[in-house]
Amino acid sequence: MTDAIVEHPEAVQDDTQTGVRRRDFIEIAAVSFAGIGGIAVLFPLISQMAPSADVLAESTTELDISAIQPGQSVKAVFRKQPVFVRNLLPAEIAEAAAVDVSSLRDPQTLAERTKEGKENWLITMGVCTHLGCVPLGAGEGENKGEFGGYFCPCHGSHYDTAARIRKGPAPTNLLVPEYEFTSDTTVQIG
Amino acid sequence: MSFPWAQQYQPKSGFTRWIDEKLPLPRLVYNAVGAGYPVPRNLNYFWNFGVLAGFCLVLQIITGVVLAMHYAPNALVAFDSVEHIMRDVNWGWMLRYAHANGASFFFVVIYIHIFRGLFFSSYKAPREMIWLLGVVIFLLMMATAFMGYVLPWGQMSFWGAKVITGLFSAIPLVGEPLQIWLLGGFAPDNAALNRFFSLHFMMPFIIAGVVILHIWALHIPGSSNPTGVEIKDESDTIPFHPYYTAKDGFGLAVFLVLYTSFVFFLPNYLGHPDNYIPANPLSTPAHIVPEWYFWPFYAILRAFTQDFLFLPAKLMGVIAMFAAILVWFFLPWLDKSPVRSGLYRPLFRKFFWFGLIPTMGVLFYCGGAPAEEPYVMLSQIAALYYFAHFLIVLPIVSIIEKPKPLPHSITDAVLNHRTGADDAVPLSTTGERPTDSRPGPDDAGLYRPAGA
Amino acid sequence: MARFIAILVGLFFGVILLWSFGVGLYTWATEEHETTAEHVFYEHPRDAKLPSAGVFGTFDVQQLQRGYKVYKEVCAACHALRHVAFRDLAQLGYSEAQVKAEAATWQVPGVDPNTGEAASRPGLATDYFPSPYPNDIAARAANNNAVPPDLSLITKARHDGSNYVYSLITGYQDQPAALLAQFPDAKTPNGLHYNPYFPNLNIAMAPPLTSDGQVTFDDGSSSTVASMSRDVAAFLTWAAEPTLAKRHQAGWPVVLFLIIASILAYLAYQNVWRNQKH
Repeated sequence: MTDAIVEHPEAVQDDTQTGVRRRDFIEIAAVSFAGIGGIAVLFPLISQMAPSADVLAESTTELDISAIQPGQSVKAVFRKQPVFVRNLLPAEIAEAAAVDVSSLRDPQTLAERTKEGKENWLITMGVCTHLGCVPLGAGEGENKGEFGGYFCPCHGSHYDTAARIRKGPAPTNLLVPEYEFTSDTTVQIG
Repeated sequence: MSFPWAQQYQPKSGFTRWIDEKLPLPRLVYNAVGAGYPVPRNLNYFWNFGVLAGFCLVLQIITGVVLAMHYAPNALVAFDSVEHIMRDVNWGWMLRYAHANGASFFFVVIYIHIFRGLFFSSYKAPREMIWLLGVVIFLLMMATAFMGYVLPWGQMSFWGAKVITGLFSAIPLVGEPLQIWLLGGFAPDNAALNRFFSLHFMMPFIIAGVVILHIWALHIPGSSNPTGVEIKDESDTIPFHPYYTAKDGFGLAVFLVLYTSFVFFLPNYLGHPDNYIPANPLSTPAHIVPEWYFWPFYAILRAFTQDFLFLPAKLMGVIAMFAAILVWFFLPWLDKSPVRSGLYRPLFRKFFWFGLIPTMGVLFYCGGAPAEEPYVMLSQIAALYYFAHFLIVLPIVSIIEKPKPLPHSITDAVLNHRTGADDAVPLSTTGERPTDSRPGPDDAGLYRPAGA
Repeated sequence: MARFIAILVGLFFGVILLWSFGVGLYTWATEEHETTAEHVFYEHPRDAKLPSAGVFGTFDVQQLQRGYKVYKEVCAACHALRHVAFRDLAQLGYSEAQVKAEAATWQVPGVDPNTGEAASRPGLATDYFPSPYPNDIAARAANNNAVPPDLSLITKARHDGSNYVYSLITGYQDQPAALLAQFPDAKTPNGLHYNPYFPNLNIAMAPPLTSDGQVTFDDGSSSTVASMSRDVAAFLTWAAEPTLAKRHQAGWPVVLFLIIASILAYLAYQNVWRNQKH
């Protein structure tokens, strides 16, 4: 712009002060439109990497828990990740309740981690909160760690019977996903 | 090289000065498409299409990279993965339609760009290398577009792959093994699909590389212009920025209106319904045609219907189809008229508008029509003229034609808005240079004697 | 020299093309031009007047629900819809619970959780519509050697597809006497059905909708053959491109934005060039 005016000083005289302003406004508007358009184009380009409709459709999982005996646990799949469903024994519940909550790294009671009236059903993600390995302890005969819950073999995190972190590098307890009992024998996770 | 009056890049801050010393990339951009590139002041809208083509290439690369995040190059799931993009991926339908129609619009732009070059003889010295690189880009584009069309693995994809690789089987002796090697099998299947995907992903970057060479070569003599008279002094030019960035911005906006109209309202108009049928090796669609941008050359392929002496029709069709593009490589040496612009060449102009353009129209129409009469006979006549135009008409016209007088300079043409004014220099074919004009940077080609 | 060679090459191509042209012309002039029944009697699809047509086209949810019912009760016996999932039915205005219940009315292939053998189970929302046949061979065997095409893309896989579906279903008729008079050999073979909207005039599919009231619509709409055909054409248009309405909706702001941008760009261009002759 300025180059043009400098090159042709005679032309500047034609421009009244308001004329210049109006003309500058048009250029600013045109460039702004280009900018808005460019930013608008980014939206679909970014959005396409978010989960697609078929992935989102699988974001809830329904489980039949009628076959899980006390003391047993199963590994199910929720959002392509393992989820542990554990039917706690009364002894395990008592063991979890006996722990001094204030001494824990991530203080939570078992009651806070289960649904009211269903304290024996401990449902957690099977994803170690340290770096995402799958802890042992859900399968029969697997190492349950020093506290009788879960043990992550990658970096040695020990979880207790309420799946709370007790020893090792993991920063928080195993995550409890959102879930609800749709009936006495079925749970919908997610 | 540059014109001596070109504006010089001046770093404005300490940081840009630091960058300029270490890696003068801003300077490169400034000199290539900024204020440092002096451009003839008289370019018309046909000169917008180079920038538009560059935009299309970027558009295709961006949408293509994004689509490749969701597409699966496997014959079992390729078709389904495209439907997954269309139905489930966020904005996937828009990205795919943008890519498919982007290919078509890329060819629209490129054809206008090429035929602008043909009319204004942009291939002539000193711009032969720009033209040659341009033809290379066009060939690479055709290969890329063809392989991209195979990827959805619909019926047209499959049979297109089969027919086009079948062209190579026309080559004597090595043809059949060559086709099998190209496909990695006896018919298009997983191996072919995978390699086509790999190559389709890679080739745009090769095209981008050749585009850089194309632009580099352009900056040696500078842009041509509608008069065909070379730049003589500073008054003939204006800086690319802001003048042509503003004009190209307007052209781009109009282009986008047309392009998005197709993407959102007619996304399948330029495609073929049969490609929404999954590939079936046991049944050929009733009318198999390539994408529209191949129709003129497809018509030339099909125009050869009879064996001639020892030359099989199939081989001649393939040779002619490739020759139809390869002939463009030789244009700088076939058309030796000392005048570039078709505006000053009365005879050439008649052959261009009443010969070449209708011929392309007929070839285009016949290429998309079924292989029956009268389309075959029409395409034979059109193909005949096509070759005659470049190989016979252009060389002869450039000898016998008496061009109109050229303006002294670009400035002169702009100020007087006329062609062949009284005081214009009648251009002789003897190569005499008007004495009153300053020699332009590279006007040797313009005044080179016709027979040189 | 270059030009001399070029002229020779040009003559070479010219001679061969003239030879091909001459032989073609001679053959064309001397041989009889046989036309075929489909050249004369094929008809282009009639306009079904669907709300999805045109640049403002959108979907009528009620119509899609009716069309879905026609598909389920009539078409689904032979035709798959493999790219559509039950969860997609939510776009037809069904609630999540309705979609779940609807999915459960379909049997989809699954695995017996105890033995691992193939079995069928009620569908889940995430399942896709099941194919009525386990494979093409079974489909061929059950349908007089013709495979019923998958319908999930049918309106995009045929020229003027939405109208084609409507016209085809309503287009069954007796073979015209004029056709038999002109082409005595073109009698519709046994097991095929005459339909002028089918490219070769003889289609293997028996008329799917034969009587008014064949499907009872939940919204009480009349179900004539024509209206059922129109509804199922609308449903299949949706099935082929569920994003169609969204595409039209997104298109208008984009195009209008760009038209304004073009005007601004033109003014800016004129502004930048105001002092320059060109």
